[in-house]
Amino acid sequence: MSASSAFNDEKGGSSNVGEPEYGHDPASGGIFSSDYKRHDDLKEMLDSNKDSLKLEAMKRIVAMIARGKNASDLFPAVVKNVACKNIEVKKLVYVYLVRYAEEQQDLALLSISTFQRGLKDPNQLIRASALRVLSSIRVTIIVPIMMLAIKEAASDMSPYVRKTAAHAIPKLYSLDPEQKDCLIEVIEKLLADKTTLVAGSVVMAFEEVCPERIDLIHKNYRKLCNLLIDVEEWGQVVIINMLTRYARTQFLNPNMNESLLEEGGGEKAFYGSDNDDDTDDEEDKEEKEKKKTEATAIVKRKPYVMDPDHRLLLRNTKPLLQSRNAAVVMAVAQLYFHLAPKAEVGVIAKALVRLMRSHSEVQYVVLQNVATMSIKRRGMFEPYLKSFYIRSTDPTQIKVLKLEVLTNLANETNISTILREFQTYIKSNDKDFVAATIQAIGRCATNIGEVRDTCLNGLVQLLSNRDELVVAESVVVIKKLLQMQPEQHSDIIKHMAKLTDNIQVPMARASILWLIGEYCEHVPKIAPDVLRKMAKTFTNEEDIVKLQIINLAAKLYLTNSKQTKLLTQYVLNLAKYDQNYDIRDRARFIRQLIVPTDKSGALSKYAKKLFLALKPAPVLESPFKDRDHFQLGSLSHLLNAKAGGYQVLPDWPEAAPDPSVRNVEIEEVITSSEGRIGLLGDRREVPEWTKCSSREKRKEKKADKPFYSDSEGESGPTESADSDTASGSESGGGSEESGSGSESEESNEESESASEEDEEEEGKKKKKNVEKIKARKPVPESESEQSSGEDEKKSEKKSKPRIGSTESESEENGDSESESSESEEEESEEESEEETKKKKKTTASKPPSKPPKKENKKEKKEMSLLDFDDFDPAPSPSQVTPLNNFLSSSLVTDLEGLSLTDNVLSPTTIVPSGNLKTYELLHRITGEGLSVEYCFSRQPFSPDPHMVAVKIQFINSATSEAKSLHMEDTKLQSGMRIKEFPEIEVLPAGETLSVVMGIDFCDSTQAANFQLCTHTRKFFVSIQPPVGELMMPIFMTENEFKKEQGQLMGMNEITEKLTLEEKCQGEHAVVQRVTAAANLSRVPCGSDKECRFAGKTVTSGSLVLVSVVTKEDGAAQLTVNCEKMVIGTMLVKDILQALTQ
Amino acid sequence: MINSLFLINASGDIFLEKHWKSVVSRSVCDYFLEAKEKALEPEDVPPVIHTPHHYLISIYRDKLFFLSVIQTEVPPLFVIEFLHRVAEMIQDYFGECSETVVKDNMVMVYELLEEMLDNGFPLATESNVLKEMIRPPTILRSVVNTLTGTSNVGDTLPTGQLSTIPWRRAGVKYTNNEAYFDVVEEIDAILDQSGTTVFAEIQGVVEACVKLSGMPDLTLSFMNPRLLDDVSFHPCVRYKRWESERVLSFIPPDGNFTLMTYHVNAQNLVAIPVYVKQSISFFESGSGGRLDVTVGPKQTMGKTVEGVVVTVHLPKTILSINLTATQGSYTYDNGTKLLVWDIGKLNPQKLPNLRGSLSLQAGAPKPEENPSLNIDLKIQQLAISGLKVNRLDMFGEKYKPFKGVKYITKAGKFQVRT
Repeated sequence: MSASSAFNDEKGGSSNVGEPEYGHDPASGGIFSSDYKRHDDLKEMLDSNKDSLKLEAMKRIVAMIARGKNASDLFPAVVKNVACKNIEVKKLVYVYLVRYAEEQQDLALLSISTFQRGLKDPNQLIRASALRVLSSIRVTIIVPIMMLAIKEAASDMSPYVRKTAAHAIPKLYSLDPEQKDCLIEVIEKLLADKTTLVAGSVVMAFEEVCPERIDLIHKNYRKLCNLLIDVEEWGQVVIINMLTRYARTQFLNPNMNESLLEEGGGEKAFYGSDNDDDTDDEEDKEEKEKKKTEATAIVKRKPYVMDPDHRLLLRNTKPLLQSRNAAVVMAVAQLYFHLAPKAEVGVIAKALVRLMRSHSEVQYVVLQNVATMSIKRRGMFEPYLKSFYIRSTDPTQIKVLKLEVLTNLANETNISTILREFQTYIKSNDKDFVAATIQAIGRCATNIGEVRDTCLNGLVQLLSNRDELVVAESVVVIKKLLQMQPEQHSDIIKHMAKLTDNIQVPMARASILWLIGEYCEHVPKIAPDVLRKMAKTFTNEEDIVKLQIINLAAKLYLTNSKQTKLLTQYVLNLAKYDQNYDIRDRARFIRQLIVPTDKSGALSKYAKKLFLALKPAPVLESPFKDRDHFQLGSLSHLLNAKAGGYQVLPDWPEAAPDPSVRNVEIEEVITSSEGRIGLLGDRREVPEWTKCSSREKRKEKKADKPFYSDSEGESGPTESADSDTASGSESGGGSEESGSGSESEESNEESESASEEDEEEEGKKKKKNVEKIKARKPVPESESEQSSGEDEKKSEKKSKPRIGSTESESEENGDSESESSESEEEESEEESEEETKKKKKTTASKPPSKPPKKENKKEKKEMSLLDFDDFDPAPSPSQVTPLNNFLSSSLVTDLEGLSLTDNVLSPTTIVPSGNLKTYELLHRITGEGLSVEYCFSRQPFSPDPHMVAVKIQFINSATSEAKSLHMEDTKLQSGMRIKEFPEIEVLPAGETLSVVMGIDFCDSTQAANFQLCTHTRKFFVSIQPPVGELMMPIFMTENEFKKEQGQLMGMNEITEKLTLEEKCQGEHAVVQRVTAAANLSRVPCGSDKECRFAGKTVTSGSLVLVSVVTKEDGAAQLTVNCEKMVIGTMLVKDILQALTQ
Repeated sequence: MINSLFLINASGDIFLEKHWKSVVSRSVCDYFLEAKEKALEPEDVPPVIHTPHHYLISIYRDKLFFLSVIQTEVPPLFVIEFLHRVAEMIQDYFGECSETVVKDNMVMVYELLEEMLDNGFPLATESNVLKEMIRPPTILRSVVNTLTGTSNVGDTLPTGQLSTIPWRRAGVKYTNNEAYFDVVEEIDAILDQSGTTVFAEIQGVVEACVKLSGMPDLTLSFMNPRLLDDVSFHPCVRYKRWESERVLSFIPPDGNFTLMTYHVNAQNLVAIPVYVKQSISFFESGSGGRLDVTVGPKQTMGKTVEGVVVTVHLPKTILSINLTATQGSYTYDNGTKLLVWDIGKLNPQKLPNLRGSLSLQAGAPKPEENPSLNIDLKIQQLAISGLKVNRLDMFGEKYKPFKGVKYITKAGKFQVRT
């Protein structure tokens, strides 16, 4: 505690006197008064104004907590500092609060408002930490506040905050289980999250709150599989364990066919070793027959084909065997053990053996699991036999486990090596281990017939060992072995009979006596003698030995009553007066049975049969047998008892449940993971492996294709799937020859098939072409010819369907901005054909290769006005408003005409497209003649409505032409996506060209970085959106606006007072400036003192409401209501700036 | 998941406790202490103990017990692995992991634990992330702290957690950009009395110390990657690239880290660098015995074997020993019966030898088993498997880094049975 002592030096006087005590054990004093005094001192420090004093006090308090001392009486003094500005003090106060809030509930409530404020902070880390502490305060009263905060945070734009929300869920659940339903909703929402940061935490929450709701996983299954490798290691463990359980409920047993055969095979080996050679042939025959019948049974069954999702899981978890984290490796290993086809399980052996090098605790757990696995799949670990050899320095528990594994691995071929190893172990000083070794030898001997004699001889040699424990253990094991074939080993029995003089260990003595009694016929001379000796020492024996003496006497009496009658009676008499009631009972019972008296019952006739019945040999089993009904790697498995909260690993289903439940839009997942790879990818070498991996993903995607259509090539495809793939291939063909224009017949056919599927696949994921067809459906036939041709081409390149393809000419034109550039890089034939078509149809259209910017915009505006009557509702159900977004502004104007207050009608309500602000992407000088500008065109980006359209204008002011302009190596924050503009093949000198690209900024103002490449150079550029461009206008009536505004009160509302700039006074100017700052549409309003605007964020569709109330002298009040507080805050800043400057 | 953590020293005192969920009374540790009493060695304490209401999972490391309290089902390895991370984190921050260090930095350790788990589930375990939130102590900083009255809590907020590369923070700057890689190989072997190899394998690890500015993207390739039989990586290594090209491609964490560990196939014959001639015998009469050990170099590929140490756990019945060493010195602790012979460098011309007599306690029987010898050794500039780094390339940054690779071979669990 260097800092603290140093602090004291500096401080000098005041607190110096008592100081040493604080730093060290406070309870050691034991005098209550001094204790009280010290806390007084701390309180004083906490109340002071100086942060340094507070910090010092908090440090001491936390040190007390860490030592486990009670510091709860300081609560009032500490809680006051919760709002302290100093981040260090604050942190320590949080630590304290979390520890003691439960005990001081009333006072803890004082701090809540601080956290509520923290939840609104623009810094994501502060929001996260506020939520973290708030949810850690275990006070029931704040449950509703926590619930609200969690819901809020679950839709936060920062993945880190969402992760914290996921962490908070189980906390709240443990505090108030009644919130379960609400929490499940949040979990469902978070499960759909696409970031790796959140995935692990939310699955953990899922496992704690609602592990039974396996249905929530369906939709996220593939995403989880694909993300898995990028999730942090702890999350991986949880996800893998959960997916194991999931897979057990959803897929068929991959070993279904083999398992029957295997069982037969296993039994065969078992019998083979148990019985002797002479019966083998028969056995074999039986086996073969059995197999045959089984085989026929299998043939009757449907051939097993692995579900592609099952395969996906296996494939994506396999690389994690290389993780440095033992828990991850174990998780994958258990997944393979429980889910993989038998032939593939072997891959995990190597990784598990590697873990054996780790810390002894890791070894301990791994060996437990290996022991269980090695019973089921012995072959898997056989090559690593030597890795399980025991060193004298291993802890005993490890030695015993290794021994267990070695025993399980023993078979005819390796038994000699193993026995040689065992011989070394028997000499060990660790007697527990020696005993375990002897038992292991016994088990080897029972399982492997060939070595039984060798083992027996070895064990008999051990009988002369000096250590009694070793001898005793040997005796017990020999007894078990002899029971299998007593007749051949009467000399061993004789030898053991001699040992009774020396061996003192009761268990061993008892075993010998039992042996002699059981096989007294083989040693007729010795047996009575042994009984004689035992009768002499009877009173001094242990109970267990006494019981065996009685048994021996009884058996001898039955076989050889002449010699032993008196002895037996003597023993029984002794037993009659024994202190142990068990022994007395036994003696009484046996006397009645064997000694014939006049009233002896029917039983005595059968006494011989009762006592000398043939007893089955004991089976020496591994304690790990059948442990695998617990999920491996789990605590329950380790303890061999169900631990609290253990989820039973279900059995495979008889028939696979519908695999289509897992069908989801897959594109997004892929793009996000590609983004990640791209981000990691290095700059120069990118193409090589990023492309390779993305190609792989593509391939995967292709391979996956059949599964979202419910069919897999080789497995029996269902009918609907059939039609689906058929239509897919058709349209594929269509797109190839798109230049020639697909026939309307074809598209008719397609739309028919699509409509059929629509009904079937409602709510499911659709193949892109299906969706495309759907989008095209309402298009009148006459026009579909052209649009379909184009559409196909587009949708083949972009993974998203185009929505608003229509017959309108002007729209065609407006789109040409993007399309033309696209078509440029398509085959020229295609292009020219299309263009001629267009020219024919659209008189006003210009050659699309170089459309002047301004005109284009006019056209666009025109288009949007004209377009009104044939917009399509967007197909995505998540759309908040049925209105097509880019029409909303025009709609506003149209509808405003209808509104009661004509006076507000103003042309500026429409986004002033003319004065779009352009930003520089690449300067002419740095770009070597190529200058690039971009602006936010405020048009919806048709391939993906969740993207912001960015128009990029290339101006080639160099003397030579620029070739192959394209973008590369996008670096995005997680969750962000980018839709690249198509490559521009040639940009002649002096020419200008515009293209449109889409960026999903994820409702954040993080910049999208990428490289702009020409055929010669690469330029690093980045696009950063102003917050106003992250939204799009929506139309609302006044009432709707008021209603929505009413719902977005509290922390979602931000109000600022401002003074309008001179030029800006007047409604018109205000409207203009606000709409220039943010992409919002005006909402009609009854008063001319107030202007209202509405919009929603592009990615998540959260409402953004703005109102400006003007007062006298240019004073005004700005109110922004937005669910996303960060966006709200930033927007306020931007609009303020726009209005005051 | 993990409810509480207790740090317990070898004598059974609980000196730190941390609870992530509701507080669990420290009396729960009694079950553990009971088990600890029963065990002969601290290593023999079972890692998982079942008590009526809780499960206790513990690790023993650096003479400390890290005991965690669990209430519900959780993969035991998950907890064990985490506990080891805690120990590594303490080591990383304060240079060593010991009771004194923890006691001296109580508040900081407590804060670190607070950051590492949230509600018992790991939140930030990457040292780079933690170091941004709570700065490790340095001499300079502690001076500054005393003068300014600040402490080690980071006042700027960390960014690492928020990037997709959680193991590296942004904005790293060094004046000397350097990257060092140590290839350390350990020979695990069991030799029997006659000197034949019962079992031998090579475990290797590539330790890296990377101090590079910015976001470098490194590619490390080997001359003979086929040697590597089984590998495990730091999360920064790209699996796909390894699978397809057998090169290590990664954006490194800042500072020291373990890049990969590997295993060289046991089927390839492992060159054992030393041989040991030994004879330990006890007289039948049981009064004493003789010990004679000679160590010599075998397959060393022309390098010198250094740091040779022979450790023997003598039987408990030994009363005293009287030995002479021709090279190096030996120490013998009569309490633990541990004989350590520190030889140092092996000289092929004059082989070191240790011989002398052992005397047993009066009346004690002749020991059953001869003690086995544990050998420790070191060979500089040699990777015994023959693994060689081919080259290291850096992408993504403009400067030229200084690069270095070092090879060391050590004895791992190298045991000679006698």
